[in-house]
Amino acid sequence: MAIFVNENTKVLVQGLTGGQGRFHGLRNRDYGTQVVAGVTPGKAGQDVEGIPVFDTVESAVAATGATASFIAVPPKAAPAAILEAARAGIGFVVCITEGVPAQDEARVFATLQRDFPKTRLLGPNCPGIISPGKCNIGITAGEIAALPTAKGPNVGIVSRSGTLTYQALYELKQRNIGVSTCVGIGGDPVPGTSFVDCLAEFQSDPETHAIIMIGEIGGTAEEEAAEFIMTHVTKPMSAYIAGVTAPAGKKMGHAGAIVSGGKGTAQGKMDALTSAGVKVGLNPTEACELMAQIIASM
Amino acid sequence: MDLFEYQGKQYFARYGIAVSAGGVAMTVDEAVAQAELAKYPVVIKAQVQVGGRGKAGGIKLANNADEVRLHAKNILGMDIKSHIVKRVWVEHASDIAEEYYASFTLDRSAKRHLLMLSAQGGVEIEHVAVVDPTAIVKLHVNPVEGLSLDSAKRAVVDARISEKAQDGVAAMLLKLYECFTKGDCDLAEINPLILKPTGEVHALDAKVTLDDNAAFRHPEWDEYRATEELDDREKLAREKNLQYIGLDGSVGIIANGAGLAMSTLDVVNQVGGKAANFLDIGGGANAELMTAALEVINSDTKVKSIFINIFGGITRGDEVAKGIVEAMKRVKLRAPIVIRLDGTNATEGRAIIAAAGIAESQLISRSTMLEAARTAVEIAGKK
Repeated sequence: MAIFVNENTKVLVQGLTGGQGRFHGLRNRDYGTQVVAGVTPGKAGQDVEGIPVFDTVESAVAATGATASFIAVPPKAAPAAILEAARAGIGFVVCITEGVPAQDEARVFATLQRDFPKTRLLGPNCPGIISPGKCNIGITAGEIAALPTAKGPNVGIVSRSGTLTYQALYELKQRNIGVSTCVGIGGDPVPGTSFVDCLAEFQSDPETHAIIMIGEIGGTAEEEAAEFIMTHVTKPMSAYIAGVTAPAGKKMGHAGAIVSGGKGTAQGKMDALTSAGVKVGLNPTEACELMAQIIASM
Repeated sequence: MDLFEYQGKQYFARYGIAVSAGGVAMTVDEAVAQAELAKYPVVIKAQVQVGGRGKAGGIKLANNADEVRLHAKNILGMDIKSHIVKRVWVEHASDIAEEYYASFTLDRSAKRHLLMLSAQGGVEIEHVAVVDPTAIVKLHVNPVEGLSLDSAKRAVVDARISEKAQDGVAAMLLKLYECFTKGDCDLAEINPLILKPTGEVHALDAKVTLDDNAAFRHPEWDEYRATEELDDREKLAREKNLQYIGLDGSVGIIANGAGLAMSTLDVVNQVGGKAANFLDIGGGANAELMTAALEVINSDTKVKSIFINIFGGITRGDEVAKGIVEAMKRVKLRAPIVIRLDGTNATEGRAIIAAAGIAESQLISRSTMLEAARTAVEIAGKK
């Protein structure tokens, strides 16, 4: 088991013929992911190292039975690409594109909610998702992720930051702790998939026994997660929140990482998670150390 | 990007929102010329991106050219909460019957647009929210459906806006919503939104924050970019496409990824130091990027040590190490580097750094983030 994706997930890459799409799409295939198609308008009939390219998501789905999409197109094209995938019946869409305007994200999210409730969007501006040994969609270097063990205990990871996700994967691997699934939800103001969505999935995934959550300043997603944890999550958790020392009113690299009007501070988020029973570390290493202690006691 | 009031008003005017006639001035003479155009009496307003201008003496009424001279002279160059006034906005003074508040933002939690409307304007809305929360009407707008005139009218009635102003305010809300959505704002706020004795509704102030991600479809934003008050270092960083934010500590920071960069500031703080900056070098930490990043940090005289924190994912540690060694040949650094290199090919990377024969006094390698932070802070001194 894993969440959102598994060894049967068939992936098409929107933008496979572009630089990013080709690089990461082929890496994902090398990892063992079933990358079955590419989509680039006007390039139907071509192939990228044996992966057939189609003009539309619809024709790619009809020919290959793709169930998930990996979107690696520029910000201008990303909103239309997401909706095209949803219209073609794709159930899981991963959009790594950074720089999508917030107004577009809000409209896309509301459109998915209203017209395509069966489509889950991960991102934009996210590193993607990896279920080690089964499926890797996005930009994560697969080799830094430890495989889950049959008996467990295995850890699920959910994070707003790319590099901190890798850091967590790496630290768990060094401690020989297996990972069920690692989800990067992205650093934008309107992420398609939230902490709460991932926590709910991890809670019901029999292969996941404990959860690490990595948040950052800005918004209230971590506070909402804390509320959800109190009532719905029984699996032990550790967490880290980046940006304790970030100045107010500045976007810290990610479009969504901003403390405004005294809201969205790291301290507020850490306090909320602590009251929900989550072990909160002061740096990523400490959060993984706390997880190692949790795993050792299981 | 935050706009100055006058830019916000110009932006509002593009969407048909009524604002006062006026002009911007950088000198006393220009202020007088603008006052003559706007017709007396005029209001002279300091243009700074910080609240509390009025209390600081940055907003004055003038009835003639002499008064304009007096006030403009005082206000230009004034220090308002560490913001130096370089420009004033001179506009025709408005008669005010009533003051309201209106704003649109994105409610990240609800993933909807949020209208906030109040009949209590002219004071800080955060203050109203504490003293009389029921005086603020909050209305969520579905981004796909948009704001209808009916909803706007209902919000106006709910906010207990005077009957004579209701139609005008509702119409204003539709225009402000269009400015917020089509204009790609993170925030579009009018405080106060005024009712004139003549019955017209009018934006007396403007607070606008634009979404930088949407700049590609707004060529008209270029002129706002030009007035952004960046220091030389911030300008250099922007030219090199680096995500840089200046801070006031002594440990220079370079990290790959926004989350890791934020985390690096935190760890430096945790071991008793203070970061001089936030700098996200992004995915491909090659020699070009690393050189640019080191140039930016090297120009900061407060920096006493430089902490490079790299986690190799797809970016391989050996490539990063080569980049650093090459960059150190190109930039003559004033402060030593402490590097923590981890992740993919970190061992190979560390070997490259060791083999480069760079003196320990210039480049120190540490294997964890915490150890590297301790060393960087020892060199730079505690805060």
